[in-house]
Amino acid sequence: MMYFLLLLSRQGKLRLQKWFTPVTEREKKVTREMTLMVLARPPHSCNFLLWRDLKIVYKRYASLYFCCGLEDQDNELLTLEVLQRYVELLDKYFGNVCELDIIFNFEKKAYFILDEFLVGGEILETSKTAVGIAMEEAETLQEVTHTQSLKCDTCPNISICFFCSLNRQWRSI
Amino acid sequence: MSPSVRLQEMIRVIRGARTQGEERGVIQRECAAIRAQFRQADNGTRSHNLAKLLYVHMLGYPAHFGQMECVRLIASPRYNEKRVGYLGAMMLLDEKQDASLLITNSIKNDLSHSSQYVQSLALCTLGCMGSAEMCRDLAPEIDRLLRASNSYIKKKAALCAVHIVRKVPELGELFTPASRSLLSEKNHGVLHGAVVLITELCERNPETLEQFRKAVPELVQIMKGLVMSGYSPEHNVAGISDPFLQVRILRLLRILGRNNETASDAVNDLLAQVATNTDSSKTAGSAVLYETVLTVMDIKSESGLRVLAVNILGRFLLNNDRNIRYISMTSLQKIVQTDHNAVQRHRGTIVDCLKDQDASVKRRALELSLALVSAVNIRSLMKELLLFLSSCPPELRAHTTSGIFNAAERYAPSQRWHIDTILHVLTTAGGDVRDETVPNLIQLITTATELHCYTVHKLYRALIADISVQSLVQVACWCIGEYGDLLLRGECEETEPVQVAEDDVLDALETVLQSHMSSPATRGFALTATMKLSTRITHNVDRIRSIVSIYGSCIDVELQQRAVEYNALFKKYDHMRYPALSTTALGPVSSTAGGDLLDLLGGLDVTPGETRSYHVTRPGKTLGPNYRLFMTFVSHSHPPQSVQLQMKAPSGDVIPAHGLGQVTQTVLLNNPNKVSLKMRVRVCYTSQDFVCQDTVQIDSFPSPAW
Repeated sequence: MMYFLLLLSRQGKLRLQKWFTPVTEREKKVTREMTLMVLARPPHSCNFLLWRDLKIVYKRYASLYFCCGLEDQDNELLTLEVLQRYVELLDKYFGNVCELDIIFNFEKKAYFILDEFLVGGEILETSKTAVGIAMEEAETLQEVTHTQSLKCDTCPNISICFFCSLNRQWRSI
Repeated sequence: MSPSVRLQEMIRVIRGARTQGEERGVIQRECAAIRAQFRQADNGTRSHNLAKLLYVHMLGYPAHFGQMECVRLIASPRYNEKRVGYLGAMMLLDEKQDASLLITNSIKNDLSHSSQYVQSLALCTLGCMGSAEMCRDLAPEIDRLLRASNSYIKKKAALCAVHIVRKVPELGELFTPASRSLLSEKNHGVLHGAVVLITELCERNPETLEQFRKAVPELVQIMKGLVMSGYSPEHNVAGISDPFLQVRILRLLRILGRNNETASDAVNDLLAQVATNTDSSKTAGSAVLYETVLTVMDIKSESGLRVLAVNILGRFLLNNDRNIRYISMTSLQKIVQTDHNAVQRHRGTIVDCLKDQDASVKRRALELSLALVSAVNIRSLMKELLLFLSSCPPELRAHTTSGIFNAAERYAPSQRWHIDTILHVLTTAGGDVRDETVPNLIQLITTATELHCYTVHKLYRALIADISVQSLVQVACWCIGEYGDLLLRGECEETEPVQVAEDDVLDALETVLQSHMSSPATRGFALTATMKLSTRITHNVDRIRSIVSIYGSCIDVELQQRAVEYNALFKKYDHMRYPALSTTALGPVSSTAGGDLLDLLGGLDVTPGETRSYHVTRPGKTLGPNYRLFMTFVSHSHPPQSVQLQMKAPSGDVIPAHGLGQVTQTVLLNNPNKVSLKMRVRVCYTSQDFVCQDTVQIDSFPSPAW
């Protein structure tokens, strides 16, 4: 399984962090050492290195470094493909994603795309299109419920009726 | 109260801060506003504020006061609030926080929600941060979802189950039936989740492993379908259909086939097919091939298949892509013990990788090269390793030197080669060798009796070239001190003759003594060597005497003590100087006496006496009037302060020949702190007009003695 996925800027600032294992704040700070190792690597280096007892796979895309920590049995080459897939998903969703997009939309988009792609350190969905579909539907739901209270025809309970179906007729209260 | 800014506005402001202090100020203000807002009743801005807090948290600032807000938001009926609440839970509420338990009930409710997107939020969160207690509570729900729901939920439930099994392995039994039936799903996401779940179950429970062996044919079918299928836009990556799923299936087959003939047989064909049909020009294909190779090597596969796998690795070694070379060497490292000859065939390429620019590749190549050293290739491989050492990155130097020493020790074709190799390492990287290198090398030189002349010449030349490498200088000083006479004689069989004058040698030693680069230990070596030379040279004894007397007032206490003792040796005990300082090994003694002398200290008995004294007995040889006993502490530069030594007079001056009597000398050792001691005992004596000495090391004293 993947233990963590970190997105770093060239200066080492965290743009996104996902930990798939319980880690204290102090331990998180220890990974700073690893990020310095990664940032110091020359271009065209091997994308794999060892840090403590973890395999680290990293890839640089424009101004962002994507780093993840793997277990011993994990396939490093496949992880490169995982990172590539995540970048493609971000790109498709944002349209030519750049670092700023991720910064300003971390909470709505970057994390949600990630959560539709990886769960518990493992790949959730291998289809390119399925993740996009799920994102769009969830976004629609978000917009629909954002400002208004909505109640559908059949459900008596407000807390359920917001979501009972996207195809139902909505009416305002 | 000032209205708090929107999230994006706040991010802009923080990024616009020019100094760390300014940023801290902005963040403190915002956090204060957020805290105030949290305390108020619900005013529709809670999710907003939590989002701001999460951004602040990511920058590294404390955000624990948002934990309860996460709990509240998760319980909210509004989807967007739930969403942010769950995100906050995953970032702020790991299982080590007490507040994490409070969301268990909300998760339970949301798992049965009518909207699959709410269910999905709950599943994702549980699968990422669920504690063992939460997992126990909610496992039955997850099992229900594994069986009866749509694909979207099933795949999430599968990974949630994986997390649960990792946290609470006993719950694996609960999920086993459902996971079996998931293998017949068509949806790749569900299939992938099922394979991961089954892998996890099999790794933790051998009985479950047995059960799932029956699923091998089904897995083979699925895999075949993927490999032979045509282009599928949804799952295609660089010509490979769903490499993610393929790799996981291969990994599961590896676990199922390990140590099991039947399962291994069933997958042989499949593995051969994958190995030959997969296009490895891009990373996706290489990833699948890599996993295939690992599987082939780990299960009981046919020998033909193993050969194919090693050849694939060999091909990878020649790939331009550094990543491929790296994983190739990692895999070869795993099989170098079991398939040693197969890996040896690729030695040339591996050695070439030592010259790669990349640090990761170099490290792998070093490990593998050290594993490939054998008696047959030691000479050529050592040349490469020494070449590597001269240009290797600093973090690898210590590892390289110790690897070279181990290899040299095991496979040295000759003593001269061994000594040359160690000297080469010391010259190139003497600062990165382990501490025991110096005594080990001294030991090696001592035993290589025919090479003393060669060694001392070589070390002398190294010494006059460079005195900065402490380990090399120490060995050189010792050697010059010990075999200085051979050095001065000038001829040597193995190297070109060179004239070395006594003054030159003393100059060299004095340079070491006076240099700022020399450590105290090195100075000690140099001083002792200078002293020893007093018995090996003829003209410059006075010069030695003066050097030694100068150091009698040296600031360094250890050096001063030594110098004072040596001074004493000159002044009061001059008659003992020769025996005390002559060669450690059994030196120029006639062959008839040689064998007898070896017995001299052979029967050294150390027995504890009542008053904590040790009786050292020596079975009989004739001892002349020059018998003296020296006892010195070993592996301390000076005796530990607490230990005291007192030597009593020997019982006699002469040991009768042919075992007709013995001489006993009592030595009292006072060791109040019960320090563990090692001692070297040296006996100097004359026998049949030869001045000789013998040394014995006592590595441990019987423990009840103290």
